[in-house]
Amino acid sequence: MPDSASPLNLVFIWQNAWRMLLRDWHAGELNILILGLLIAVTSITAVGFFTDRVERGINLQAAELIGADLAISSSRDDMQSYAQQASGHGFNTAHTISFRSVVLGPQVPQLVEVKAVSSHYPLRGQLRIADGAYQPDRTTREIPQRGELWLEPQLLQLLDIRMGDSISLGEKTFVVQQAISYEPDRGGDLFSVAPRVLMNIADLPATRLVQQGALVNFRLLVSGELNAIENFQQQLEPQLQTGQKILSIEDGRPELQTALNSARRFLALAAIISSLLAGVAIATVAIRFARRHLDTSAMLRCFGIPQRTIVQLFSMEMVFLSIIVSSLAFLPGYLTQLILSQILDQLLLTNLPAISFKPLIVGYATGIVMLVGFALPPLLALGDVPPLHVLRRHIIVKPSRNWYLYVSVVISMGILLQWQLNEPRMVLAVIVGMFATVIVLAAAAFILIAFLSRLGQHIAVSWRFGLVNIVRRYNSSVVQIVSFGLGIMILLLLSTVRSDLLNDWQRSLPVDAPNYFIINIQNDQLTGIKDYFAAQKVESIKLYPMVRARLVAINNIPVSTENYESERARHMLTREFNLSWAERPQLDNTIIAGNWWKKDDAGKHLLSLEKDLAKTLRISLGATVSFDINGKRNDFIVSNLRNVNWDSFNINFFTVVPPGVLETLPASWVTSVYLNVTQAASLSTLVRIFPNVTVVDINTIMQRVRSIIDRVILAVEFIFVFSLLAGLAVLYASILANQDQRRYESAVCRTLGARKSIILRALIIEFITLGALSGFLAGFAASTIALLLAEYVFNFSYHFDVAVVLYGMIAGILIVGIAGVSGTYKILRTPPMLTLRQGE
Amino acid sequence: MNNDDSSAFIEVRCVGKTVTTRQGHLCLLDNINFTVEAGRSVAVLGASGSGKTTLLGLLAGLDDISHGDIMINGQSLSQLDEDGRALLRAHNIGFVFQNFQLLQHLTALENVMLPLELTGVKAARETAADLLARVGMTERSQHYPGQLSGGEQQRCAIARAFTMRPRLLIADEPTGNLDAETGMRIIDLLFKLNTEQGTTLIIATHDTALADRCERRLMLQAGQLVETSVA
Repeated sequence: MPDSASPLNLVFIWQNAWRMLLRDWHAGELNILILGLLIAVTSITAVGFFTDRVERGINLQAAELIGADLAISSSRDDMQSYAQQASGHGFNTAHTISFRSVVLGPQVPQLVEVKAVSSHYPLRGQLRIADGAYQPDRTTREIPQRGELWLEPQLLQLLDIRMGDSISLGEKTFVVQQAISYEPDRGGDLFSVAPRVLMNIADLPATRLVQQGALVNFRLLVSGELNAIENFQQQLEPQLQTGQKILSIEDGRPELQTALNSARRFLALAAIISSLLAGVAIATVAIRFARRHLDTSAMLRCFGIPQRTIVQLFSMEMVFLSIIVSSLAFLPGYLTQLILSQILDQLLLTNLPAISFKPLIVGYATGIVMLVGFALPPLLALGDVPPLHVLRRHIIVKPSRNWYLYVSVVISMGILLQWQLNEPRMVLAVIVGMFATVIVLAAAAFILIAFLSRLGQHIAVSWRFGLVNIVRRYNSSVVQIVSFGLGIMILLLLSTVRSDLLNDWQRSLPVDAPNYFIINIQNDQLTGIKDYFAAQKVESIKLYPMVRARLVAINNIPVSTENYESERARHMLTREFNLSWAERPQLDNTIIAGNWWKKDDAGKHLLSLEKDLAKTLRISLGATVSFDINGKRNDFIVSNLRNVNWDSFNINFFTVVPPGVLETLPASWVTSVYLNVTQAASLSTLVRIFPNVTVVDINTIMQRVRSIIDRVILAVEFIFVFSLLAGLAVLYASILANQDQRRYESAVCRTLGARKSIILRALIIEFITLGALSGFLAGFAASTIALLLAEYVFNFSYHFDVAVVLYGMIAGILIVGIAGVSGTYKILRTPPMLTLRQGE
Repeated sequence: MNNDDSSAFIEVRCVGKTVTTRQGHLCLLDNINFTVEAGRSVAVLGASGSGKTTLLGLLAGLDDISHGDIMINGQSLSQLDEDGRALLRAHNIGFVFQNFQLLQHLTALENVMLPLELTGVKAARETAADLLARVGMTERSQHYPGQLSGGEQQRCAIARAFTMRPRLLIADEPTGNLDAETGMRIIDLLFKLNTEQGTTLIIATHDTALADRCERRLMLQAGQLVETSVA
């Protein structure tokens, strides 16, 4: 044999590992391993492909929030070179120019947000317009013709004008042509900005509104093939100058953003669970493979092959196998996601993007890392098999000391999953959670088995034998309970808990969630508004006060737009804040820093800030924030920061103060209501009675969020099928793990006179008990994990469900019982002599 | 040897065993006939592959007979299903193997207790401990097979075989894995228990010294019984 370090040795190992692989394959030794690996790698590849496509599809949908795949924003008209570069790449482009101005109606002037748009706007998403305020709307690919303005319905009310009327904007007069009901890239919060006006960009010079020094936002919108866009974005980033910024979907609506984040987390969770479970299945099958190769290893040692070379041989065999299986798994993986995306093309996203190579590379790498990594530790133990094993087959082989390899494999997988999913907290949480679950399951299994051993001798022989078997195989029983438990836990999470979580998510935006905001209600109109809605049979409405205020200083330093680079921060400083007061925080708000005020804090100048606003404006807990309210400066101390659940569509404020501070100041009120179609149709009556009141229709945006939730739930359901397969693979592998031992024991017992029925009953009792114990523990684990996931990851409310523990036990008894007995039943049909000759 | 002995404990009539392989049918045993009276000891001799282990397996009802029949104490094995044969074994037949066939996850004591537990015998622990004491294994009773020498494992296997006080003990090359001295002690033990319990003993062996201690000898060659002799 060549020296272990020589190149010849490498050739020797390659050749012999390949031969071993072929022989093991031919002898059927690899069948179960291949099956396990195939399920694992197929599911990982399919999940990878599918998640990637769906996520990019979702990103595509999300792109409508900025009206493009990529948007570059600038405070100056200086993006011609970017536009040329984009055109050079063959991308579609459009321009928007936004600014504040005043329109002059027949009676009153009104502050508005104007957006001038070029043709092709928006590049992603669609505008929806109507022929009048609160009339049925439709999508359009058009933009306002020259000389036309499209207005938001509340502006029609405020100006008291109709379609076809003329209004002035700057130095030009326009005809009002359409009402805007949905503007995909509207941005910002829903009701605190001025009403919006859409115009053709070609009319802008005639208005003479965009002058040097005016506060104007220029945007270049770009769309194209996603990968090319990503490259283009990387190319642009170094060229950006002060005041220029690339917008991402995070700059879109916060309500949609929250929904999309939840969607991404669900998909990521499914992928992580599938991958790790597949790893457990592979590890389980690999241990059996190693055990069956003890003789081979001992023989090789007898032939004079060094320990290190034996390990290299088996490792190389696994590398070959993993490469072959990963390659084989590519096809079913790809085909599965193709079928799924064909279905989803109809149901989910109208146009899924083409597959990218990233999931292929990640899937391949994950497959090889998993197969080699999880299979390696038991194979390394083969190197420790003494040659004496040939003579004394029952010599004890020390378990692998290479536990650190499992750890390193899990870490490598974590890195690969992180690369694919970009969810560091979740990857870490699931890996740590799985470790913790395994430890807890093992500890609980030890205790339960100890309890079994106390059951004594006063039970029927089959029961005693079945239970005694579990107790006598203490360590192996613990391992089986843990792996069965993991499998069942995933099945439970996927069946009951998954639907609970998804339903909770769906319920977070119920069908009767408020769909209209009524704003600008005056103090003396409160009773009238309440009476109006009572007459409409709308259940009691809650009104929230708000006082207009302008932020003037933070920690006594006057604020200025020049101090902030963030466009959002600059925008915040130029607009008015709505200060509200409340005794208690809204139910969907969570205090993340500081404390909410107590009752006796009424009248104190304290301030509660929404956390993202605080971050944008760099305001910390305890800071002094000064507002100009009604011409007078008021200082507030920031006493807490809040997380606001924007996708609840409840009325929420960025800034809230205690009661007893603002009540004497001029305030307006706001409420939100759910109105059905008939009730909504009578809104014009409300507006006639209370002409100053503005109605904001949020139906369209809510439908967008709801459709995202529904579509993603469908996608998640499909992806979880693979997690389910991986869970079943773990169960199957766990049953196989002890099959050789059971077959041999059964043969010995039959030789000693045990009837088939006794052995069968004992097997049934053993598997049912294992199943019940695993299911019991899995039920607890699944409910606990669901509780933690709902609380800390998805921000839903979820209640511990004892029924899940019961379902777990039933599932455990049925699945482990049926699969275990049917898997081992055939051993009863094999003549004992044959089994005994084959040996253990 | 009297083939029609009505007092025979074992009657083997025209027994054959054929298995099907990829290459076709393979005849392991062909037209075997003999009888054994109760309490006698018989050695089955023959080269490797002559069919000794197959014959012993058929005698214990561990495998199906292709043709012919075996009667144990007047009970036809071919008339019994697998459970019936198991019941017969449980109360009448003990088996000792060349490679011991002890369960690795059970201690020596638990291995001996196993047949008693399987048939629901009370005081299994005491009976097993007594038998282990009789084979000189008391001090090793809590050890696992992997911690025992070959001789100790075989003593443990013999204790297990005698737990149910079988009327027939079948031993397949019981000394095949042992050195001469240990083998001799095992044979002494087998014959001692055989005498104490009046067991019929069938032993497959290459060991002529062991064969010489048996009252009868059967010689197998290529699956056929070529010679029977009385010691």
